[in-house]
Amino acid sequence: MIFGKTKQLELKMDQFLDKISEGGIIFKQGIKCYLNNECSEFDRYLDTIRRLEHEADELRKNIEISLYTQTLIPESRGDVLSLLESCDDAIDRATDTLVEFGVENPFIPEEFHDGFRSLAKSAVKAQEEMVLAMRAFMRDPMGVRNYLHKVNHWEEESDLIAYNLKHAIFQNSELSLSQKIHLRYFTLHVDLLADKAQDVADRLAIYTIKRSM
Amino acid sequence: MLVLFFLSSGLFLGWSLGANDAANIFGTGVGTKMVKFRTAAIVASIFVILGAVISGAGTTHTLGKLGAVDMIAGAFMVALSAAVTVMAMTRYSLPVSTSQAIVGAIIGWNLFVGRPTDINSLYKIALTWVMSPILAAGISILLFFAMRTMLNHWKLHLLRLDAYTRVGLIVVGAFGAYSLGANNIANVMGVFVPVAPFDPITVLGITFSGTQQLFLLGGIAIAVGIGTFSKRVMLTVGDGVVKLTPQTALVVVLAQAMVLFLFASRGLESWLLAHQLPTIPLVPVSSSQVVIGSVIGLGMLRGGSGIKFRLLGRIAIGWVATPVLAALIAFVSLFFLQNVFNQQVSKPIAGTAGTSRQVTAPNYAGIPIIKE
Repeated sequence: MIFGKTKQLELKMDQFLDKISEGGIIFKQGIKCYLNNECSEFDRYLDTIRRLEHEADELRKNIEISLYTQTLIPESRGDVLSLLESCDDAIDRATDTLVEFGVENPFIPEEFHDGFRSLAKSAVKAQEEMVLAMRAFMRDPMGVRNYLHKVNHWEEESDLIAYNLKHAIFQNSELSLSQKIHLRYFTLHVDLLADKAQDVADRLAIYTIKRSM
Repeated sequence: MLVLFFLSSGLFLGWSLGANDAANIFGTGVGTKMVKFRTAAIVASIFVILGAVISGAGTTHTLGKLGAVDMIAGAFMVALSAAVTVMAMTRYSLPVSTSQAIVGAIIGWNLFVGRPTDINSLYKIALTWVMSPILAAGISILLFFAMRTMLNHWKLHLLRLDAYTRVGLIVVGAFGAYSLGANNIANVMGVFVPVAPFDPITVLGITFSGTQQLFLLGGIAIAVGIGTFSKRVMLTVGDGVVKLTPQTALVVVLAQAMVLFLFASRGLESWLLAHQLPTIPLVPVSSSQVVIGSVIGLGMLRGGSGIKFRLLGRIAIGWVATPVLAALIAFVSLFFLQNVFNQQVSKPIAGTAGTSRQVTAPNYAGIPIIKE
């Protein structure tokens, strides 16, 4: 088959994006379990996201090697590779954050649970829209814009939730300063997920212009 | 052996054409590494020869009407003058076309030997030079819209699009090479046709006329030019003189191939005649200027901000300067060939048979005085 290799690589790219998307869902579920104190469920999600991160890493390396050795898409190879790496960073960030929850076991008072849930939901939403934008970039560059503004929206939403959460944390008189700083650190790290999605979206906006005929 | 020596100037023109003009077809493909140079060179060589041998006669006929060089020494000097003009213009980075150089050199021969230049043919040729880039711009705009509509409809994956574009560049490149051979072989071997020293030969039941053998030689010379020297030109073209995406490159090459084919196809001419439609003159045109026309067409779609009007001006100057320079060089060199090297550059005009013709100097009207 003349286009057999191409089809295989297309499949790998789709699988890679599936892993990123799945990683987001697992992250959200993991945070939920942590807040509900469901330890065994949390550990299961932690293992799953680690596996997904490893698989995404392998797929990315594989795609990277194929693109170079078969000199595919020479015009946009650099752009695609940098996008894949940024997407990989997003799942890495989600995994690291969930691992930190598992290792550092931060004390999160009940009153901040909703804030953390909303923040995780919003950041993951930004990541999901990012994956959709990536899929559109591969098949329908004209459709990328439909998702970019949604990434922006969820990133701004995450920033706002993170700000309010941090504000509420530091207004709390029952927490010690070290606890406040600890919670701020976790707020920041969950929010970073949305920032990573925004980073990919910014690149996509430029690369889409370059790709358009 | 002497025949080959006389043909050498035409073969040199062919080599130069292959070295430079193959880049118009495969430059972006090779420059952007979408197509391997070896693939490009093989495809271009095969199809340029096929185009020259199968469809090269149309444009040659038009050049013949402009001036039929009837002695091989004259044909040698006409082709050499065109080659020298191309080299000189290239040396000073002026846009130059082999088609314009050979037309100028033929006119130089006409002036030197006192033959009239067919003004109708000249007008037709000059009009074609102006029209070909404009037509290319129009075709490339239409192709661009067609391709964009198809791509938006099909929503191909980036990798699939890449694979299809690679195949497209090779297929369209083959068509481009065929059209280049068909259209431009007249520049290389056209002046030798009336004095073709080859007898028809039959190979595997197919008879090749003397003209076709001549075109085969010219085609091989172009192929040698492609194989030996075009890589560097291709890499330069693909590396930034004009930055095109592989898909727009496909549009540009297809538009170029279509324009060269339109101005070379006798089949199309017969079809138009049969349907009582106006025909397209069969004239060798500059593939480089056709490409520039295509790129400008695409540039106009983006608002025209990237169009280099200075380059357009230089091309227009080239339309006049190249034939004039070639005519001058041909005139002077024919004088030397005849009077210093004692070579007969034309047959005596009917009624003056047996007399020796010596050209001394042009009269006030620029027409040489022929002494008998």
